[in-house]
Amino acid sequence: MFKSFEPNKVFAITSKASKYVLFLFIIVLTIGLTEALVLSPEDYKQSDVVRIMYVHVPAAWISLGIFSSLALLSIGSFIFKNKNFALIAKSLAPSGFVFNIIALVTGSIWGKPTWGTWWAWDARITSMLILALFYGMYLLAWRIYENKEQVIKVTSLIAILGAINIPIIKFSVDWWNTLHQPASINILSTKTAIHPSMLIPLGIMTVAFALFSLLIFLMKYNTELIKVKNKGLNRL
Amino acid sequence: MYGKKVKLRVLFLALFLSSVILIVFLILQSLKDNVIYFQSPSEIKSLIELDKKKIRVGGMVKEQSVFVNSEEVNFIITDFKNEINVIYSGAVPNLFAEGKGVVAEGFLKDKNYFLATKILAKHDENYMPPEVKEAIGDK
Repeated sequence: MFKSFEPNKVFAITSKASKYVLFLFIIVLTIGLTEALVLSPEDYKQSDVVRIMYVHVPAAWISLGIFSSLALLSIGSFIFKNKNFALIAKSLAPSGFVFNIIALVTGSIWGKPTWGTWWAWDARITSMLILALFYGMYLLAWRIYENKEQVIKVTSLIAILGAINIPIIKFSVDWWNTLHQPASINILSTKTAIHPSMLIPLGIMTVAFALFSLLIFLMKYNTELIKVKNKGLNRL
Repeated sequence: MYGKKVKLRVLFLALFLSSVILIVFLILQSLKDNVIYFQSPSEIKSLIELDKKKIRVGGMVKEQSVFVNSEEVNFIITDFKNEINVIYSGAVPNLFAEGKGVVAEGFLKDKNYFLATKILAKHDENYMPPEVKEAIGDK
């Protein structure tokens, strides 16, 4: 099913795609930042502090999305013994980690003027910190283990175990009393607690961040393919 | 379609994941009191004995309950079932207001009085421009 993988053909696509993605990323980011920092209104309660949300929320979403992908790819890689899945996961992880850190830092900067504290050991924030630790372990494991079979096993295990944390992060604000507010956007209903004028920059920034992740992924994945080609292998 | 090994790996992963999820669930269930960030006034009322440790109480600041004098701030935290009086000396966060969420950290004097050492404002999930807020009214 996944056996017909040809590094040369994929390489031809990934090496060209990154410049178009970079171009698109710059355009979307420019529009997104203009919307978020200039055009969108201030909040009735937080005033200008609300603008941190346009970085904080997309960063958190992307980091959760990428970790979920890592877990799914690791499951696929374990069941079908497909090494390509593992390489895709390896290339996705760094940008997810960066966005996780961005979400934690911007959350802290937002927390000081709104809540009155930089940090709180509440369930949402702590579980997000645990996600960052799992990202760190995942990335380190790729560098520590030399043996190919072993490194794929260890990293897959970290990704699959860490993914149990994902629903905990998502529902922490509903299951327990937390300082962090509950979700404003529910994908199952059309109602949101965010005014449309603020929802638009949030959406554009999410697209921009997703494009950034795609860009980093393409560059990382390209490097992996070059490594495969340098070994003179036509398969993984 | 797939070999026997693939099916065995699927089964292994299913068993492995369900056992880990069960363990995590049990751990979180037994740590429930530590996982929650604050207790509601109703939970304080139902305490059998008073906790000497530092705890957090959260809820809404009751309307027209905030009294500020030169030494301290007094207000009532309510969860619309039970209430608790809070005494605090110090600066409150900007978003601290009547009818808004609050978390107070400190010590229980008794079941009705709470001596706060720190006040945190809790933000809700609503985001809107000031004009919209005015249009829909204060409620």
